[in-house]
Amino acid sequence: MAETANPPHGGEGETRRDFLYLTAGFMSAVGAGIAVWPFLDSMNPSADVLALAEVEVDISPIAEGQAVTVMWQGKPIFIRHRTKGEIEAAEAADADAADMIDPETDEARVEKPEWLVMVGVCTHLGCVPKGQRAGDPRGEYGGWLCPCHGSHYDTSGRIRKGPAPKNLPVPPYVFLDDTTIKIG
Amino acid sequence: MSGLQLKNPVLRWIEYRLPIFSFLDHSLGSSYPSPRNLSYWWNFGSLAGIALVIMIVSGITLAMQYTPHVDYAFDSVQRIDRDVNFGWLIRDIHVNTSFFFFIVVYIHVFRGLYYGSYKAPRELLWMLGLVILILMMATAFMGYVLPWGQMSFWGATVITNFFTAIPIVGDSITTWLWGGPAVDNATLNRFFSLHYLFPFLIVGVVILHIWALHRFGSNNPLGIDTKGPQDSIPFHPYYTVKDLFGLGVFLTFLALVIFFFPDSMGEPENYIEANPLSTPAHIVPEWYFLPFYAILRAVTFDFLWIIDAKLGGVILMFGSIIILFFLPWLDRSPVRSSAFRPYHKWFFWILVLDCFVLGWVGANAPDAEFHGVPFVIIGQVATAYYFAHFLVILPLLGIFERPKPLPASISEPVLSGGGMAAGAAAKPMEKA
Ligand code: HEM
Ligand code: FES
Repeated sequence: MAETANPPHGGEGETRRDFLYLTAGFMSAVGAGIAVWPFLDSMNPSADVLALAEVEVDISPIAEGQAVTVMWQGKPIFIRHRTKGEIEAAEAADADAADMIDPETDEARVEKPEWLVMVGVCTHLGCVPKGQRAGDPRGEYGGWLCPCHGSHYDTSGRIRKGPAPKNLPVPPYVFLDDTTIKIG
Repeated sequence: MSGLQLKNPVLRWIEYRLPIFSFLDHSLGSSYPSPRNLSYWWNFGSLAGIALVIMIVSGITLAMQYTPHVDYAFDSVQRIDRDVNFGWLIRDIHVNTSFFFFIVVYIHVFRGLYYGSYKAPRELLWMLGLVILILMMATAFMGYVLPWGQMSFWGATVITNFFTAIPIVGDSITTWLWGGPAVDNATLNRFFSLHYLFPFLIVGVVILHIWALHRFGSNNPLGIDTKGPQDSIPFHPYYTVKDLFGLGVFLTFLALVIFFFPDSMGEPENYIEANPLSTPAHIVPEWYFLPFYAILRAVTFDFLWIIDAKLGGVILMFGSIIILFFLPWLDRSPVRSSAFRPYHKWFFWILVLDCFVLGWVGANAPDAEFHGVPFVIIGQVATAYYFAHFLVILPLLGIFERPKPLPASISEPVLSGGGMAAGAAAKPMEKA
């Protein structure tokens, strides 16, 4: 109907212009979003950081009742050679697993019962729990005790008391042979 | 209070093309009329501005010697302290001025709370100030990570871990903040980059803050508007001189600390290099964050189903500042100055005390006790009071408090010959 670019009255012309404004505005917003994304994503972990994703550990020197801490992805990994007593305590506690803060059986947390491998970062606010070294306090459940706000972990690394919401996580790992594990 | 008369022809030539001299004269000069009754509490804005300049100058010089890499950062800061010419001085200036900066800004904010400077028409001015405060806190938090000591590392770890509390996206946000699976080199690098950037963002917001200030001019201890020339005096020379005197006092205290007690407000643990395998027994942030840290840790229980304790703490900590953005509407009283608000005056001081209590709680381990009362309980009571002050007490005071009569003008008590209590001429305050 309108034969000029700017019809004198509103009506149809107005809606067409509104449509142009809206689509142009919307497309600009999408474009701006796409332009911003590379900058934001550049702050995510880079390829070289992600590439440091595997470590192999020789566990033969770790005697029963001892533990070592290795670094994996900038985080401490606890590897504990558990004693009979510790394994029994962890398995006995399975009976109450349903009432735990983060219910999980001991079996689901280990490949072999003697070896407990976990990320040693408290799931509350990221402190490193005590319990790896001989003289360390080990909390009310004989496992680990976080010094920051008092989270108690049992001999399976499960959170039993305190503010932490989750068990110490088990990283992906495999036994390459009887004395070597690969984490990651 | 006449307009600017430039005698120098070069300045006149410039002024004609770029009216910068009259701009300055209107901003800080004799053409900027200010209330004649400003007290020393009005010095802290200019002090904060100067502290910002000192931070930027000392920071840029430090950045020339500092290495933002986990293997070198700690050593490079030690080198600044020991080997760089006057490096110890520049670092002590940067560190201690940051403490004074927070003292000055906190006083500046509480001055605003006492004299109702956040009320109409200065709401935006107040909100811009809060934006500056938030940027300052972010800057200081990231700056504290740079020397890569034990507290740098563990403070950064504990605080950034709070973001994991955000439902669903929490872990991705935290990984994004860190640039890796933990606080590490990527984190240090970006914190350095942002620590350099943020002070300049602060400069930008300060300019807006002052622009908004000059729209209606300063509030004053009586909290009433200036009603004419008899109520004001030119900023220059009266307040330039007063501000310079305040600056002298400020620099004296600053120099005293820098030269005689340079480590008095710092944390000795931070002279141990960061070790991701060993958490210090007691993690505390810098003292100016302690009240917020206490609020963060006060939530030890889950609200409803969705908000667990960790998230609740984060919400309240940010909420403690966000709530101040709503202050102009929470405080319904039409009277600005607490000098005329018999109840608000007291609640103000209780709030100040409450903030000190929060700071004291923040400095102690949560499971520690004070005469048998666990600190976490004290922290919960103090946190509840903080929020109650803004959400309950202020709105109720707006309804029930009967303000004292306000003087008719700033100059009236002086010019009419009487003291402040020249009651005869005072007009009784009507409730709006
Ligand atoms: C709003 C202003 C600023 C605040 C509140 C602030 C705060 C801080 C704090 C708290 C530290 C840790 C001090 C320590 O224990 O060593 C620090 C360090 C540092 N800041 Fe700033 N800063 C500000 C501006 C700047 C600017 C503009 C630069 C320039 C790039 C800068 C560069 C540095 C450097 C290189 C360090 C590490 C060296 C050291 O630790 O002494 N800062 N800053
Ligand atoms: S970080 Fe372990 S209890 Fe808080």
